[in-house]
Amino acid sequence: MAEPATAVPVERVKSKKPFLNETRRSRITAYTFISPFFILFAIFGLYPIIFTIYLSFFKWDALGPMKYVGFKNYDLIIGDPTFWISFGNTLIMALMGTVPQLILALFVAVMLNSAMNRFKKSFRLLYFMPNITSIVAVTLVFSTMFGNNGMINWVINSLGFDSVAFNSSYWGVKIAISTMVMWRWMGYNAIIFLSGLQSIPTDIYEASRIDGANRSQQLIYITLPLLRPFILFVTLISTIGALQLFTEPYVFLGQGGTGATRQEGVTMVTYLYNEAFSNGFFGTAAASAVMLLIATIFFSVLNMVISNRLGGDTGGKQA
Amino acid sequence: MSLAVVSKKKPDDAGIVLKIFFYLFMVAGALVSIFPFYWMFVIGTNDKTGAFHVPPLLTPGFEFFDNFQRVLERTDFFRALGNSVLVASAVTISVVFLCTLAGYAFAKYEFPLKKVLFVFVIATMLVPAQLGVLPLYVIMAKLHWIDSYKALIVPAMVNAFGIFWMRQYITSAVHSELIEAGRIDGGGHFRIFWNIAIPVVTPAMATLGILNFMNVWNDFFWPLVVLKNKEHYTIQLALQQLFTNKDGLDFGMIMSATFTATLPLLIVFLLFSKWIIAGLTSGAIKS
Repeated sequence: MAEPATAVPVERVKSKKPFLNETRRSRITAYTFISPFFILFAIFGLYPIIFTIYLSFFKWDALGPMKYVGFKNYDLIIGDPTFWISFGNTLIMALMGTVPQLILALFVAVMLNSAMNRFKKSFRLLYFMPNITSIVAVTLVFSTMFGNNGMINWVINSLGFDSVAFNSSYWGVKIAISTMVMWRWMGYNAIIFLSGLQSIPTDIYEASRIDGANRSQQLIYITLPLLRPFILFVTLISTIGALQLFTEPYVFLGQGGTGATRQEGVTMVTYLYNEAFSNGFFGTAAASAVMLLIATIFFSVLNMVISNRLGGDTGGKQA
Repeated sequence: MSLAVVSKKKPDDAGIVLKIFFYLFMVAGALVSIFPFYWMFVIGTNDKTGAFHVPPLLTPGFEFFDNFQRVLERTDFFRALGNSVLVASAVTISVVFLCTLAGYAFAKYEFPLKKVLFVFVIATMLVPAQLGVLPLYVIMAKLHWIDSYKALIVPAMVNAFGIFWMRQYITSAVHSELIEAGRIDGGGHFRIFWNIAIPVVTPAMATLGILNFMNVWNDFFWPLVVLKNKEHYTIQLALQQLFTNKDGLDFGMIMSATFTATLPLLIVFLLFSKWIIAGLTSGAIKS
């Protein structure tokens, strides 16, 4: 198992010494210990993604023979308005669910970390709790709240506004789904930020206080720059996760069976899923997966470039 | 939100007004976090129309068993629960063992390409699994694993997050002198791992186990793709099935099931929250 990775023994050890000297033995051990991951990833992670790209050039229903069609699958999905709607929906909901969520998470983290907070542990626990719920459960609970005659509309009505059709209108669906995403992840991200805040040595703050910095200056010149790696990490993970949005819209709109591809809430992954497992078009589904892959890479890189620009003065790696 | 800014600007001895605002904000946030759990319980214990009561119901009722009876008429709830326990346990045992092993190798061994391989492991965390779902499905079909738990268990047996997590912990928790000492005593590699490293890192293993168990328990997409027969459904699929029934949405029934399915996780979380959160806060720091 460890063979492929061992490679290049720097020097061949000369005679006398046994072939398996201590260094070599420990290397082989190490490679053996890490090999399960690489083997499983190669089979169930890497190969499927490469094969997806290959598959996107074929017409295939997963059963019969594959037929090479060149870029036809791409032409088909690019010509399909639903694909572009799914693309737009995914981006809109990614923005709506992620941006306010991360800003809020940062504030919550700062407050959780504040010396004023006497109940740090209890609050941490409570804020983290949503994350343990399954997405299906979250979606079901929020479906009861976002119903036409549900609680949220009752609140909206009592404030003197008209009801919003959260399960059928263009923005209603997006607001409902973004709320679900935010509820489940805000606390989680706040806890990650909190661990970042706690990793900042307190003597930096003490030194800055001696130099006369007040709290807001500390926040801007110490906390945020030192927190940058965490912010980058959380934003990256959230962006990638947001592009893969599937379960919330699938369950929320799927009540009638096929509703998951309704235009208000169809996402790239629901589109992909539907093409493959409802329609049996594995080729176009693969093409849409490749488009999603490209989008994911694009937005990840964009994300990194932006955060590097924003905080370029901290000189790179911190924690 | 602006409250937070204000509170940060003040020197240490914050005024009482500020304190009140601070706690109001914190408590409001906490209420938003826990309300849906309570709401599950409220709707699950009231009758069918409870979800649409005006004004919204805020107190539990007595209809839980009636509601849950209707769950059992529609789906084999406990079987699905059992299926989930089975799959999640199998995956978790494997993940904890294999990730600890790999994390230990990355933390305490020197070998060529170590850095590159570790960066590779980290990078795979950023690859969304859903992108490869089509060929993965085909692989499962070729292996005749469609509708089998092997399709859920085998690909999930080890993961990058776990390796990263364990490496971070082992690097600081297991002292190299201990390992050296073990070597001098003539212990084999695996034996040192098992007898010296493992006892020191059980908290991290437990945390990884719980986090992973929850992840598998909550997974929806992949089971949806590979499980066909209702008898094999995991709890998440069973819950979703309740929601797809067309004859009017019976939220009392749906919430009684959702609450019952969420309760075990909630209990586990409350029991082990110290480990889970303390683990999360100490683990993410490096890198």
